[in-house]
Amino acid sequence: MLIYKATELVNFAQGDLLMLGAFVAFMAVIWWGLDYWLAFLISVVTVGVFGALLDATVLRKVIGQPQFAVVMLTIGLGAMFRTFASVTWGSEIYTLPTPFGGVWKVGDVTLSHQYISIVVGTLILCGALYAFFNHTRIGIAMQATSQNQLAAYYMGIPVKLIFSLIWAISAGVAAAAGILLAPVTLIDINMGLAVALKAFAAAVLGGFGSIPGALVGGIVIGLIELYAGATLPEGFKDTAPYIVLLIMLAVRPQGLFGTMARKKV
Amino acid sequence: MRFQFKTSYEQDIGLFKDKVDATWYGLLAAVVLILPLMMSDYYVGEATWVFIYAICGVSLMVLVGYTGLVSLGHAAFLGIGAYAHAYFLQQGMPWVVAMALAVAISTASGIVVGLPALRMTGIYLTIATLAFAVIIQEVFSRWESVTKGFAGMPVDKPVIFGVSFQEDASFYYLCLFFLVVVLWLTRNLLRSPTGRAWIAIRDSEIAAQSMGVNLAIYKSIAFAYSAALMGLAGALFAHKIAYLAPDIFNILLSIQFLLLVIVGGLGALHGAVFGAVFVALLPPLIAILRDSIPATFSDVARSTGIGVIGLLGDAIGNFLKKPGVEAGIFGLILVLVILLEPLGMYGRWVKIRVFFSTFPMYKRATFKRQKAYMRSERLR
Repeated sequence: MLIYKATELVNFAQGDLLMLGAFVAFMAVIWWGLDYWLAFLISVVTVGVFGALLDATVLRKVIGQPQFAVVMLTIGLGAMFRTFASVTWGSEIYTLPTPFGGVWKVGDVTLSHQYISIVVGTLILCGALYAFFNHTRIGIAMQATSQNQLAAYYMGIPVKLIFSLIWAISAGVAAAAGILLAPVTLIDINMGLAVALKAFAAAVLGGFGSIPGALVGGIVIGLIELYAGATLPEGFKDTAPYIVLLIMLAVRPQGLFGTMARKKV
Repeated sequence: MRFQFKTSYEQDIGLFKDKVDATWYGLLAAVVLILPLMMSDYYVGEATWVFIYAICGVSLMVLVGYTGLVSLGHAAFLGIGAYAHAYFLQQGMPWVVAMALAVAISTASGIVVGLPALRMTGIYLTIATLAFAVIIQEVFSRWESVTKGFAGMPVDKPVIFGVSFQEDASFYYLCLFFLVVVLWLTRNLLRSPTGRAWIAIRDSEIAAQSMGVNLAIYKSIAFAYSAALMGLAGALFAHKIAYLAPDIFNILLSIQFLLLVIVGGLGALHGAVFGAVFVALLPPLIAILRDSIPATFSDVARSTGIGVIGLLGDAIGNFLKKPGVEAGIFGLILVLVILLEPLGMYGRWVKIRVFFSTFPMYKRATFKRQKAYMRSERLR
């Protein structure tokens, strides 16, 4: 589970977009009886379009304001999404049936297909995003936009469109992650919040704005959690990643792969 | 428009701008003092919440509104203050000592968080405080010898120097007293060199540093002072809520405090108080609307004979009864405030005041926001 940010927009509603994605897929599979893959596609596209609309209507208005305004705005939006979900789908916990039912046996290790689907899905998503940002015209335009909006605009990049696109991709990725995660965490309205907090820890650990950093950060956070749960006394499982994060931030504030220089006056 | 001519140094250092200003605040003080005599206990209790939230608001305003450090972990400081106060009271210490110790511990924890936070900026700091809050919440639930964990910890009504504050009204005055002290202290601090250094740091860290402001020291002071106020509010909070449990001090509470300062208006102490009124009174208001809207709508439907209005009232009532709607309403208000009035309720108040004081000459452009664009801070 990753949050990637090539823009400098920090989205606290990411977890709730993830939750929305999972719910849309659930609705498509259970209520309308669609195929899993079709539901996956529908969910990603719906939430992606929703993200673009969100940008066009709400978030564009705060461009240029301090990062803090965006953070608070997305926190507010996240709360609204949660309420929307609880009113629409109720606060029960749902399960999403998946085609990954089987189990692989590699030696002594039993691997459920569900977990493999998550790992493979994550790898594909990350690879695709990495390639997209570094090797396509639009991806590079997005990087340029995030570095300096005005300069990007002068270079003929349609900044507004790029921003909507970034939000669409970001929301779509969140939805995909939500669907991948759904069989493990089950779907309920608060699934996003818990995941988003850990994801932020991962993103910060890796350094914001670095996709490989986010991947490594996510793996590190996951491993720490796992080992802390297995070896340390109870209660450390949930806090260990944060303790590591605090130490990490105190020692190397910009994260593992982040770059940070001081702002000019 | 009222012009003010300063003729003496006393006038320059006075707390209030002029006599008119002082009279208005005097009137406000009188109203607040008389209020509990005229309200039922329920409303006195809600007003007490306003005061406690206002202290929290001032605490966060110092950090967010004046120093520009955004914290998502203030519920942790509140919890530390509340638990420390309750624990020391349980050990049989006098109220004043317990309160002082609670504030001291909270301050110390503020410095502990503040020190590593000195190297971080922006979103990293926010995440770090968030991480701190998560850790502290876990500590509250695990350190059972002190906090009693999820079993909860009862807190008695305060008894100070033999005077018991059993009644709601007396506790109201106690909270009011602390709020006034906090406001007075903060207002004086903000116009001292310390306060000006904070504002300089908020506006531009590098510029402040170039002018000789020691970033490390002033950021630490801001964190410590903010945590101290939060500890004080926590002690009062413990008495008000009467039963402490770890899950009270969660992230949503921290977000609510941030909501408070933003809705109230960043960068003004008035904003903290306005925001506190808003945050403390919105939930009871929603509760009242929940019951009264269907009733009034059905009355209207009966008198006009249009059935749709009654159905609409029922729909709104049912919607408000759904779980989690309150958070959504808070979120909606937060979004609207950031989009429409980034300076919050206090900003709106200032605009209204300027409109009337310059009456025929008011120009919208006075408060127009500059167009801005974003440039990366992370590229060399």
